[in-house]
Amino acid sequence: MWIYEKKLQYPVRVSTCNPKLAKYLIEQYGGADGELAAALRYLNQRYSIPDKVIGLLTDIGTEEFAHLEMIATMVYKLTKDATPEQLKEAGLDAHYVNHDNALFYNNAAGVPWTAAYIQAKGDPIADLYEDIAAEEKARATYQWIINMSDDPDLNDGLRFLREREIIHAQRFREAVEILKEERDRKKFF
Amino acid sequence: MFTTRKQYHPYVSPFDPCHPICTKTYVTPPNLYIPFQPPNLPQFPLHEALKKGTLWKVFYDPYYGPYETAYKGDIQ
Repeated sequence: MWIYEKKLQYPVRVSTCNPKLAKYLIEQYGGADGELAAALRYLNQRYSIPDKVIGLLTDIGTEEFAHLEMIATMVYKLTKDATPEQLKEAGLDAHYVNHDNALFYNNAAGVPWTAAYIQAKGDPIADLYEDIAAEEKARATYQWIINMSDDPDLNDGLRFLREREIIHAQRFREAVEILKEERDRKKFF
Repeated sequence: MFTTRKQYHPYVSPFDPCHPICTKTYVTPPNLYIPFQPPNLPQFPLHEALKKGTLWKVFYDPYYGPYETAYKGDIQ
């Protein structure tokens, strides 16, 4: 069960109407390493992982939905008053034809989200290593979007989200250490 | 201490069609260097931590794009 708080995890500000940035940002909405994929991946893997790390997957999976909501707000703000002409210039003409101004779970190239993006191998180490890789890929994606963006307010939010990816990767690495059960053990060689 | 930005210099051919980028950079974030977080690490004040995205100074590694300059006090 979840409790919903009707506010964003971090304030989303957008300084210019720039549908092109929305086209890039949608990668983190419905892309392979996006927030939707992350949330569904962790909240699904947690059923078949040792008890000690279930809570971590629940917490991080839940936070990914808060990130998804931030990305959605960014995309919405960047496109809500854009004319069909502006969307066309931004390369979102095909999106407009299909969805009008609605958001959709697809990546920056327009490929719809698929469950094939996420894995649940059932092997705790394999799954956690996938999660670490997913966080690093999401971090890199944020870097490339920041590189393409000239909107300082938007970048502020993206920087926050990127920092969270670093923390999540750290926690997943720590989960691996916990499962190794070698921590705090006196080592004699 | 560790650095979170690295550089390398790829080979440049005299026949490369695009203007060469002689120095390439990549990021090695703090989580690579700390296998398990030890107790009692320095923290940011709470309000600052909420803005920065982490409570822990050692894990704070902000990234800035080419169109913006880093804020004062941030490590680059």
